[in-house]
Amino acid sequence: MTYTQIISNGLWKNNQAFVALLGLCPLLAVSNTVINGLALGLATTLTLALSNSAISLVRHTIQPEIRLPLFVLIIAGIVTVIELLMHAYFYELYKTLGIFIPLIVTNCAIIGRAEVFASKNSVLPSLIDGLAMGLGFSLALLLLGGLREILSSGSLLSQAELLFGDMASQWGITLLSDYSGVLLAALPAGSFIGLGLLIALKNSLENYFK
Amino acid sequence: MLTAHPFSTALRLAIFSTVIIGLVSFVFTQTKNKIQENEHQALLQSLQSVLSTNRYDNELSENSIQLDDITFYRAYKANKPSAVIIKSTSHQGYSGDIQLLTALDINGSIIAVRILNHQETPGLGDKIELRKSNWLLNFSHKTLKDMQSSTWTVKRDQGHFDQFTGATITPRAVVNEIRKVGLFFQNNKTQIFPSLK
Repeated sequence: MTYTQIISNGLWKNNQAFVALLGLCPLLAVSNTVINGLALGLATTLTLALSNSAISLVRHTIQPEIRLPLFVLIIAGIVTVIELLMHAYFYELYKTLGIFIPLIVTNCAIIGRAEVFASKNSVLPSLIDGLAMGLGFSLALLLLGGLREILSSGSLLSQAELLFGDMASQWGITLLSDYSGVLLAALPAGSFIGLGLLIALKNSLENYFK
Repeated sequence: MLTAHPFSTALRLAIFSTVIIGLVSFVFTQTKNKIQENEHQALLQSLQSVLSTNRYDNELSENSIQLDDITFYRAYKANKPSAVIIKSTSHQGYSGDIQLLTALDINGSIIAVRILNHQETPGLGDKIELRKSNWLLNFSHKTLKDMQSSTWTVKRDQGHFDQFTGATITPRAVVNEIRKVGLFFQNNKTQIFPSLK
């Protein structure tokens, strides 16, 4: 498989959120604003890139009988390190994302890539695959987060300072002032409906360009 | 393909576990102080959001007492008790607990109230947050006598405070919790500030 193929698989063709439908718990729960979605997407991407590289690096020493516990161990170790670092250096964001950082461990997309790709390929392709899959997942979080934030509060990029520091405190855009908001978009049900609409959009785009 | 010797499999699991535990422990020790400092700063910031710094001159975060799952931060000015900040949790929220911070002066009048944590419905119950609406400011300057009155409840229950359209349970929980901690402070004042005896 060429690098271009790996990247297009991750971002579009085999997008973990839109096509594989993996990792729905964090995707649906944390996509209430663009910034929350983006932050969780980046943390997931980092986890995927590191776990794919680490697993590919040790793939010859892992016997098939113990591969699953070892994958879980490696992924959990990486996520714990990321959680500690966020707790220390992105405290506000850590508080906002809360339980969903440790829950990255349970994102099936990560162990899925370890099993399907990283345990069978060398380090560089595995790293690229992790990055591409992570970015594809972030893209889904970003789109769904944007859709829901606009519909539920009429704004975009609010609280950008949590992720980008003080310089971003003015980035928030109020698209509709005096907007009462569609409550459904903020609730879990709206999250499912939004994801469904985005998948429908992706499929119809694909049919159109076929 | 069960070709590997069980001992070799176990050994590999053990080595991997040790390496990963080592890595996590290393990062933990490196970030520990910074994390503690963050928690401390966050606590100070939330305490200062209900009580301005000119009302006390002691280290609030180091002067607390816990009674019945409620935390009281004692504020002193010139060694005399000046106010108290009460951190308490209401279990009457619409979805999950509501954690709030109430600052009272020494006579039991409310200085300010802030919500620390909640999971109320976005767009309905979350108007208890100050950044969503000014509702919480209704409580400022209310006295102990107000809290004892029968109108210390939401309008739906023939009381004084507005509920929100579509959300009565959330404001009711907050109103009740404030009265609860207000009266609790009054009844246990000498235990919280022994010097007032």
